[in-house]
Amino acid sequence: MPVQELTPVATPYFFYGLSAVAVLSAIGVIMRRNPVHSAISLIFTLLSLAGLYLMLYAPFVAGVQIILYVGGIVVLFLFVIMLINIERMEREYQFNKQWLVGLLAATVLGVLFVAVYVKGQAIFPQHAVRFPEQLNTQQVGKMLYVDYLLPFEIASLLLLVAIVGAVVMAKKRI
Amino acid sequence: MQDFLNYLNSNLTPGQAGAYIWVVIYILIIFAAVSVAVIAMNWLERKILAHMQVRLGPMRVGPHGLLQPFADALKLLLKEDIIPANADKLVFWMAPLVVVITAFTTYIVIPFGPTHAVTDMNIGILFMLGVASLGTLGIIMAGWASNSHYPLLGSLRSSAQMVSYEVAMGMAVVSAVLMTSLSGAGVYGIGPGGGDAIGTLSMIEIVRAQMNQHVWFIFKFFPLGLAAFGIFAIAMVAETNRAPFDLPEAESELTAGFHTEYSGFRWSLFFLAEYAAMIAVSSIAVTLWLGGWMRPFPHWLGGTAWDTAFSLFPALTFFFLAGLTLRTTVRMPKTSYFKIQKTGLGVFGLLLGGIGLVLLVPLVRDRIQDIYWFTIKVAGFMYLYIWYRGTFPRYRFDQLMSLGWKFMIPTGVGVLIATALVGVL
Repeated sequence: MPVQELTPVATPYFFYGLSAVAVLSAIGVIMRRNPVHSAISLIFTLLSLAGLYLMLYAPFVAGVQIILYVGGIVVLFLFVIMLINIERMEREYQFNKQWLVGLLAATVLGVLFVAVYVKGQAIFPQHAVRFPEQLNTQQVGKMLYVDYLLPFEIASLLLLVAIVGAVVMAKKRI
Repeated sequence: MQDFLNYLNSNLTPGQAGAYIWVVIYILIIFAAVSVAVIAMNWLERKILAHMQVRLGPMRVGPHGLLQPFADALKLLLKEDIIPANADKLVFWMAPLVVVITAFTTYIVIPFGPTHAVTDMNIGILFMLGVASLGTLGIIMAGWASNSHYPLLGSLRSSAQMVSYEVAMGMAVVSAVLMTSLSGAGVYGIGPGGGDAIGTLSMIEIVRAQMNQHVWFIFKFFPLGLAAFGIFAIAMVAETNRAPFDLPEAESELTAGFHTEYSGFRWSLFFLAEYAAMIAVSSIAVTLWLGGWMRPFPHWLGGTAWDTAFSLFPALTFFFLAGLTLRTTVRMPKTSYFKIQKTGLGVFGLLLGGIGLVLLVPLVRDRIQDIYWFTIKVAGFMYLYIWYRGTFPRYRFDQLMSLGWKFMIPTGVGVLIATALVGVL
């Protein structure tokens, strides 16, 4: 199998389109009163993020993003939300009292982003880096299981602890 | 124009070759073929179920009810499209679209042949599982938006079921993907194999790995491949909400489950998506374990003579179908009432025979046979689906969950570990 290079088509349009969808649906997540609508907006955000990963030549990450976040986590979100009485949720006052703090945090974060972009030009690649798409998954596998095996196993142990903790919390008598 | 025709000589999928017109053509062909397959499946399911229960099944519309699916489609299109008064209109409108789009998107990476796929992706199988899992969202949305109890319960059941069985399915898939990296020919991977030891998630490369290793993965490391295949075969029935795991639409408890409030065209979209998803998961099973587009015994019965013999199979199948049809035509009652039916069936039989004749042309024969073998394997799974529905009683929900979590997932993990161990040894 010849290792091919991906030839991007209309890159800027896809980038702006996906980013616009991501930002707009992210706004939808926090603006909608109905939690189910928020969750559906979240799906669109996550899917457009998966698209952005694809544009960064990371198909494996994009696939995992779809399977884990959209197919797993949001399904569980919706699962829980459906059991809540939504009519009451819609009448209740939303957590808007912290808007001042929120604005402050958002401004600081924005300033940080701009500062990194202005000052840290050196850390961004000057030219578009081309990766052979064909072996992306295999490279991820090598990274995880050969180069960074110990951190990976520690992270999985952490997740195991979290699972056991959740079971202990949910079930009084085991 | 020259590029357009040049593609036919290339050995890449149109997506990889960058032949965008061919991509569109392939997508249209797949869309049409899947729709026809759903129509055929609709008729076959009724007929086979009826014969299993010693009934006749549809007999009125067309000879042997052959036109029944078209009559149904017409009825569904003409039906009033009702949105319940308190339903969430936007979500209610979106749900069938989500289900249909996800069901059809998976077909992008299904390899009907070495070049007969829309495109080949590095993450092929991952992409299929991911997009297929999005279908759950559509079902949840449909159940919630209907603002009614039965759909809500149906969609809760469905999402719980699909999330549980996805885990077992993933384990089985991973053990098959693992086999692609364990090169070496034969059932136990002993002896010289072709190909390199790099594993792959790409659908086409998975079939190529089976070709290089001279074994279908269902037989590799016997019985490990078989066990993984068995887990997948059970999980895929649960994934598609079909009998005996059709609790989300258990009609005796929940009327019609998540699509109770849907009518007319929207309901038919759910129907289409269910069958399209069935074909899609069956194609995953065929690709991973049953050698995809490969004909039986490509190495053992190798050589030009056997190649030619096996390439006659598509034509012979169509001749067989034509023969059946013409036999029925001859045996029809000899009254004038059946004149139209008789002519129609006769023309249909001749049409099938004509297709068989076209498939005899060497140029067509060589390009079509990989699609034929893939389709015939998938068709086997479709028959199994009907057979399950005709024979197994429906599971209770707690039985379903304990089967999924206490049997399938541990077995899946065990098979995965055993495969890895055997592969390393």
